[in-house]
Amino acid sequence: MTKVLTSRFDLKGKACDIDVYLKTGGYQALEKAFKELTPEKILEEVKKSALRGRGGAGFPTGMKWGFVPKESKRPKYLINNADESEPGTGKDRDLMRYDPHQMIEGMIIAAYTLGANVSYIYIRGEYWYIKEILEKAIAQAYQRGYLGKKILGSGFDHDMYVHPGAGAYICGEETALLESLEGKRGHPRLKPPFPAVVGLYGGPTIVNNVETLAAVPWIILNGGDAYRALGTEKSGGTKLYTVSGHVNRPGNYEVPLGYPLMNLINEECGGIPGGRKLKAVIPGGSSVPIINAAEAGKCNMDYESVAAVGSMLGSGGVIVMDESTDIFETTRNITHFYMHESCGWCTPCREGTRWLYKVFDRMKRYEGRPGDIELLYDLADKILFKSFCPLGDAAAMPVQSAIDKFRDDFDRRIKYDLVQIHKAAD
Amino acid sequence: MYSESNEKKLDEIISHYPVKRSAILPALYIAQEENGYVTDDDIKYLAKRLDMRINEVEEVVTFYTMYSRKPIGKYKLQVCRTVSCMLLGAEQITEHISRKLGCKLGETTPDGRFTLVEVECLGYCDLAPVLQVNFDYHEKINTESLDKIIEGLK
Ligand SMILES: Cc1cc2nc3c(=O)[nH]c(=O)nc-3n(C[C@H](O)[C@H](O)[C@H](O)COP(=O)(O)O)c2cc1C
Ligand code: SF4
Repeated sequence: MTKVLTSRFDLKGKACDIDVYLKTGGYQALEKAFKELTPEKILEEVKKSALRGRGGAGFPTGMKWGFVPKESKRPKYLINNADESEPGTGKDRDLMRYDPHQMIEGMIIAAYTLGANVSYIYIRGEYWYIKEILEKAIAQAYQRGYLGKKILGSGFDHDMYVHPGAGAYICGEETALLESLEGKRGHPRLKPPFPAVVGLYGGPTIVNNVETLAAVPWIILNGGDAYRALGTEKSGGTKLYTVSGHVNRPGNYEVPLGYPLMNLINEECGGIPGGRKLKAVIPGGSSVPIINAAEAGKCNMDYESVAAVGSMLGSGGVIVMDESTDIFETTRNITHFYMHESCGWCTPCREGTRWLYKVFDRMKRYEGRPGDIELLYDLADKILFKSFCPLGDAAAMPVQSAIDKFRDDFDRRIKYDLVQIHKAAD
Repeated sequence: MYSESNEKKLDEIISHYPVKRSAILPALYIAQEENGYVTDDDIKYLAKRLDMRINEVEEVVTFYTMYSRKPIGKYKLQVCRTVSCMLLGAEQITEHISRKLGCKLGETTPDGRFTLVEVECLGYCDLAPVLQVNFDYHEKINTESLDKIIEGLK
């Protein structure tokens, strides 16, 4: 299988050194972009590649770049979203600590295409050691003339900085990220205007995920068509998945789009420990609906096929749960996450997530009341599509899908006779 | 309160942005490193330095979970509680530390060495369960490796 993103992972971090990166084909895409291509031509290749944003929403990258106005009174910015806080996801971490230059090279090419002279990498504060790796790599890139003034003898200048977040999931949402970068609380902004038109400090701004930008050098070197051909018609290329939970070899795995989910679990990850059976999978990070074993069995990992089984590819955080798992408990855990991370800006999400958790909590203590499951469902309904930003939806969907598919695990907490049995067993 | 080298660091950070205020998050880390938490004086000083009002700084500090407004232990033991870590026993990890140190969640040991907290997803889901001690990650921990980690923190 072609490795677009992870070809240097085996070097276990040695590629952080620019000389190793150069020896393994590094910065050749940048040379090609500056010497043989124009921004228009690069944009065309990225459009052809069918690359879609890997941060969660899956928006076509070429189309997004195309929204940036050519001329702008205010400076344009490129932002690399390295906030990676979606439960189940740890892929950007390895892309940055094992191959930081690949992502930096992708960023410079993107910035050149957009005409942005400044970029920021917004990295979650907990990844402090990775921030240091990135700063070292950026300093090396300056030394070699890949950053700074008149890059590779062109007329293009570019400066790149790393900016640490400080523990707030919501700052991964692109407009909250912009607020945070401007030195404020991370509350999302109303859209439109979209950041591509009015973003950081009011200038046109592109926010892309680490993995999206890390794919750019390969696309430039090999062409958009070659990238697209690796995946499916609508979802080009490869994707890096973080597989966690009940598998023998959890980890980050790069496979082509359209790869069967069960192959990922059984082959890449060596199956489920102890010969236990699969119960459920969350295929794209905690924000997406859960699927059961039957659905997982027929699910291919591309945007369209995951949607066909009622979920989403999201960030690519695959959480695997075996038959010993109590889906009520995992859903309660996830609800706690959203309650904790709700930024408090809008009422449905701020109050709704708290109320949801309150009901979960009393059900956990087997003090659930008849009608509580319906109450959970209804509360989720009051949050879903009625919140200011998608975090509210992300809190609601897992609850509804878990009740739909694993009702038994919820019923056990409510039905009077069953409650007595399980309470005694606990 | 700010040493000369920290002042230099701060100047460098401010130069990254067209607006001084953008430096507030990185600046707060420098402040916090001094005392282990963000003091009232830090807030006043940074407000002046970054052209912000005092309440604007306070508002930022209290929004982000990685800053503390109260003194905490020398070592902040942060157990990830979110789903992937939970599936692999995060609760037992917390209980084990709690018993070992004789301190409940959210508390600091009387000698001021350890503060035990649960945190949300640390981005180490494939390496679960995970513990972060200040900024250091410890992956795939179990009760045995935990004992070693804690004994190593002097
Ligand atoms: C609550 C919330 C959290 C998000 N967290 C992240 C994140 O940690 N990293 C990320 O790249 N995108 C995250 N996103 C998606 C971003 O808003 C944005 O769509 C993405 O960074 C765009 O990059 P892409 O087009 O390359 O995917 C989040 C969105 C929401 C609503
Ligand atoms: S949905 Fe939640 S996170 Fe989003 S703005 Fe409303 S309160 Fe904030």
